[in-house]
Amino acid sequence: MSVKLTEEMLSALPDARGHFGAYGGRFVSETLMDSLMTLEKEYLQMKNDPEFQAKFDKDLADYVGRPSPLYFAERLTRETGGAQIWLKREDLNHTGAHKVNNTIGQALLASFLGKKRIIAETGAGQHGVATATVCARLGLECHVFMGAEDVQRQSLNVYRMKLLGAQVHAVESGTRTLKDAMNDAMRDWVSHVDDTFYIIGTVAGPHPYPLLVRDFQSVIGREIRRQAMEKAGKLPDALVACVGGGSNAIGMFYPFLGDENVELYGVEAGGLGIETGQHAAPLCAGRPGVLHGNRTYLMEDENGQIAGTHSVSAGLDYPGVGPEHAWLKDIGRAHYVSVTDNEALDGFRMLTRVEGIMPALETAHAVAYGVKKAAEMDKDQMLVINISGRGDKDIHTIAQLDGIEI
Amino acid sequence: MSRIEGVMKALKEQNRKALIPYITAGDPHPDVTVDLMHTLVRAGADIIELGVPFSDPMADGPVIQLACERSLKHGTSLRQVIGMVKEFRKQDDQTPVVLMGYLNPMEAMGYEVFAEAAADAGVDGVLTVDLPPEEADDVAPLFTKRNLDAIFLLAPTTIDERVRAIAEHSSGYVYYVSFKGVTGAAKINVDEVAEKVAHIHEMTALPVGVGFGIRDAETAAAVGRVSDGVIVGSVLVDTIARNQADTEELKRALTDLLHPMREALDSLAS
Repeated sequence: MSVKLTEEMLSALPDARGHFGAYGGRFVSETLMDSLMTLEKEYLQMKNDPEFQAKFDKDLADYVGRPSPLYFAERLTRETGGAQIWLKREDLNHTGAHKVNNTIGQALLASFLGKKRIIAETGAGQHGVATATVCARLGLECHVFMGAEDVQRQSLNVYRMKLLGAQVHAVESGTRTLKDAMNDAMRDWVSHVDDTFYIIGTVAGPHPYPLLVRDFQSVIGREIRRQAMEKAGKLPDALVACVGGGSNAIGMFYPFLGDENVELYGVEAGGLGIETGQHAAPLCAGRPGVLHGNRTYLMEDENGQIAGTHSVSAGLDYPGVGPEHAWLKDIGRAHYVSVTDNEALDGFRMLTRVEGIMPALETAHAVAYGVKKAAEMDKDQMLVINISGRGDKDIHTIAQLDGIEI
Repeated sequence: MSRIEGVMKALKEQNRKALIPYITAGDPHPDVTVDLMHTLVRAGADIIELGVPFSDPMADGPVIQLACERSLKHGTSLRQVIGMVKEFRKQDDQTPVVLMGYLNPMEAMGYEVFAEAAADAGVDGVLTVDLPPEEADDVAPLFTKRNLDAIFLLAPTTIDERVRAIAEHSSGYVYYVSFKGVTGAAKINVDEVAEKVAHIHEMTALPVGVGFGIRDAETAAAVGRVSDGVIVGSVLVDTIARNQADTEELKRALTDLLHPMREALDSLAS
């Protein structure tokens, strides 16, 4: 890897208008501009406020259970026969995924801004659950928008959200998945802009969301740095994370962007195979465009209409991706690859059987690629896979694929 | 002087208000759009806002979302929409046409290619819902160069400083969104609109058109009284949805809806 990013370059991004190179920005209707500018101003102040940071850190420790372990997957390493495989256990967080790091941060922001009503979009339901959880804790009204198709395939998470007191709105428009949930969340926000805080679940959307979600998720990469030094005495040689919108990946990558010897791999959903067109891999097979408030790589047709996506995992089933990933791709700092549904399912089974860790189907994409990559590497090298979420929510999907009724 | 500016100036001299209907191009079928545009003009339209369908119309309510879906089922592209304007111009070189939509179809076509084709076809203005002036640095000059008016939105949440900045980037007219919400919602508060539009008038000399929530002659007159023009969208699109099967019936229904608004607006002048 040859791209050297200096501290100076990194601290200048995003720029004052929320741009990462040609990507990012703020492409929304006028009604939302004032809220976004206020949010940006407040966040930039709070970011440097020791009181806010202390509260965030305390919540991450005592409520989420951080730091999450960096675990040496000894048997998986042996079976793979290549680099040492380590797992960053975000699946052990409260609510079972990395999503809660961000919802804790944004809910704190919402409270500081005095907003009492929270909305969120969700795909797999992990972000919805993480949002409903922090709302229950803080006594905030919570509305979660979820594509009708996802409501069906992630019924367990829908019920969890309801138990937590959230209202789940099934979105019937468009393709009835994550992108449509985000459309409806934006529509709700524009209609209740005075009292509502929109907790976006990924590093996409209008500025400042890609910035603040990245900051909140960066705890993942910071911990990996420290833990790797403690446990292995060196930084990892490669990091692997799945990429839908890309929040767990950016959280893992960001603290390593300046370390040119650490290779970064983002794994997109290859669905039935890139060549079939039935996938959700905009970085691998899309082109730049504008959707949901930012310019980024998108899956679209030749007329600029957003294309339908396919992935076995609802959380990766999204036609866009965070703008910082688009930038990292263009400058060559991170590699973006894809893994098919079937490869991901193999990854799921392998991690379950070999390490006794059941990953989410989203995460299983990173596992599948991580194992493949590790096999090509030397035994003295170190590869870390971000286990972004646990697989309990996907048991029904897996059983169904196996033809088993539970 | 652009066609929009000319129409707005003439209306002002007559102390009349602009009636600006919106329909989605290609809804219910690409073959009838030009015919419907002429119908709107005959029923009293001063300017037509022609919607460019988009798969993810985030600022729109269900009525216009469904119109986009109906149109896209026929594969309506931005190029085709521009072609419709070209066709419309064969019979009407007076009525300004504003293309209204989202940025991505334009980005996919290429801004320069789009601006060239639109100007060539006789498009007069472009309103891109998800393009605030801050992001328009590369795009707006391409429009200005070809005498295409860049029309931007103002909202109830827009602070004064932005109103001035946005007005500076705009030409033709500015579009004031009457309430915080999506198109087709019925929550317009005329007193609030009056206050805000009067305030906007203090900050810019551009005409102010008001859209969102105008559904009949009564609301048109009430909003017309306090602005320079009214934009009527969802109620027309809903009429299209309910009369898809029979184009003649549809044209009658659109006329029955729009004509009373024209009369109500014109009665304000007397």
